[in-house]
Amino acid sequence: MTAPENAEGLDARLVVRRAAFDLDLALRAAPGEVVALLGPNGAGKTTALRALAGLVATAGGHLRVDGADLAALPAERRGIGMVFQDYLLFPHLSALDNVAFGLRCRGGRRGAARREAARWLERVGLADHAGSRPRALSGGQAQRVALARALAVRPRLLLLDEPLSALDAHTRLEIRAALRRHLAGFDGAAVLVTHDPLDAMVLADRLVVLEGGRVVQEGPPAEVARRPRTGYVARLVGLNLYRGTAAGSVVTFPDGPPMGIAGSLEGEVFLAFSPASVALYRTRPDGSPRNLWRAAVGGVERQGDRVRVLLEAPGRTVAADVTAAAVADLGLVEGSEVWAAVKATEVQVYPA
Amino acid sequence: MTRREGDARPARPPWMLVLPGLVGLAFLVLPLLGLLWRAPWSTLGTRLAEPQVLEALRLSLVTATAATALCMFFGVPLAWLLARVRFRGVRVVRALVTVPLVLPPVVGGVALLLALGRRGIVGRWLDDAFGVTLPFTTAGVVLAETFVAMPFLVISVEGALRAADLRYEEAAATLGASRWTVFRRVTLPLVAPGVAAGAVLCWARALGEFGATITFAGNFPGRTQTMPLAVYLALENDPQAAIVLSLVLLAVSVVVLAALRGRWTGTP
Repeated sequence: MTAPENAEGLDARLVVRRAAFDLDLALRAAPGEVVALLGPNGAGKTTALRALAGLVATAGGHLRVDGADLAALPAERRGIGMVFQDYLLFPHLSALDNVAFGLRCRGGRRGAARREAARWLERVGLADHAGSRPRALSGGQAQRVALARALAVRPRLLLLDEPLSALDAHTRLEIRAALRRHLAGFDGAAVLVTHDPLDAMVLADRLVVLEGGRVVQEGPPAEVARRPRTGYVARLVGLNLYRGTAAGSVVTFPDGPPMGIAGSLEGEVFLAFSPASVALYRTRPDGSPRNLWRAAVGGVERQGDRVRVLLEAPGRTVAADVTAAAVADLGLVEGSEVWAAVKATEVQVYPA
Repeated sequence: MTRREGDARPARPPWMLVLPGLVGLAFLVLPLLGLLWRAPWSTLGTRLAEPQVLEALRLSLVTATAATALCMFFGVPLAWLLARVRFRGVRVVRALVTVPLVLPPVVGGVALLLALGRRGIVGRWLDDAFGVTLPFTTAGVVLAETFVAMPFLVISVEGALRAADLRYEEAAATLGASRWTVFRRVTLPLVAPGVAAGAVLCWARALGEFGATITFAGNFPGRTQTMPLAVYLALENDPQAAIVLSLVLLAVSVVVLAALRGRWTGTP
């Protein structure tokens, strides 16, 4: 192998053979960059993280952090920090000793390690809880101790496995913001695993979407959110997504009627639009919308202050968001027939 | 238990289960009651203070504690190997470890004699090379008790190790801990309750050891005569003393049971 062109940060290709699937993932992260691995359950996100940490054997590929080849090293010699899903603070040690653990393992003297650990606890705002046992800490506090414990050994790569999933929705917002601050202060590369798109959007500089052990989409959060390339990502960001063939301002589909778009494009395209831009009518509307279908209501479910209506149109399923009042006005129940319209200007089209 | 109105009463338990059950209970409890009934309560204090009794008690406590220490020193690593290392024949090894549990202790004593006796495979070499003889010594008592009691510790600790969450060990590894450090600073503290329970059981078993001890170490007062041996001997010439010694062992058993608080029997 020649010297890597990008010696800084993480440069890895992970190949892991599993009973259910094979993971094959190329992953890069620059120093200071936070990359989120996003994907449905069983996509291989956690396996990828564990392979990076050295907790799962890889069947091939490479792993370099700041140019150092770590692939052959066992977990304890990789110097990679990891925050586990339920934090895994050692229950028999105080918060301070949890943070000091790694420093002691690296040969630090007890006193020095504890002083350093105390500084880390202070940095995450838990100086008052140094003597607390993990079971006396709240979920958010435990997460900050886990973060301090991982960062205390000054890793060049930080891994976070679902760092917010063990928290209740109430504290999540605040803790997510705090985690974002701490990650911003970390100068190494960071890889974060999550199945929550919001966490990924807020915390990450770049998203890597995994499905079935393969990367299906990659890019800045805003780009991924605006232009999803798989049904999973589209559902995640709440968009209707279809794949078709564009010819000028018309996109045709293997099944279902063609759709009109605002611009002009040629070839294989993705076509996406928001459920909020779908208008529903009881009778066939007059006027401009070129994309008009007769559809049956497949399901009605309340989502916060709006109602998500699933429509079975010819050849496609369309999600539409309407107000509760509209549901009553239109008499929307499962099986009822409506007209659905989407304005061409509301439709995003991009090459597949 | 509170019963809500309208709940069906459970049917009366069938006498074909109740009757044998009660007989079984009586069979377990009556001998103990008999022991308490016949105990010479008035002279208990003076009898307990007799030199032979104190000697046997001291020897029992010392050897059982030493045997427990040996069991922990060798048994905890053995349990770790069985629980954490995948190797061929692990099931055979586990079966071998549990043999002393089911082996009649007398047979254990004979086996120890054949291995560590003066003419034994290892014993001869020990005698020739170091001039060490184990049979019929206090050290022999400790070895006999260790042989019989170690499986209790190994099984208890192995169970605790299997139940322990391996991810804590992974977390320690990502923090740079070697496997030895992980064992010392994470695994062992996490399974400490299991180790303690195993040690208590181990100690109780060592304290009550009779068959292997008398076979391998003999019955010399002050040297190898532990409490159970003293009870057996006293029964022939001084039954009252036998009862007193038995009471002491019974009291120790009750204390052990209380210390374990259902860890062994599985009830909270």
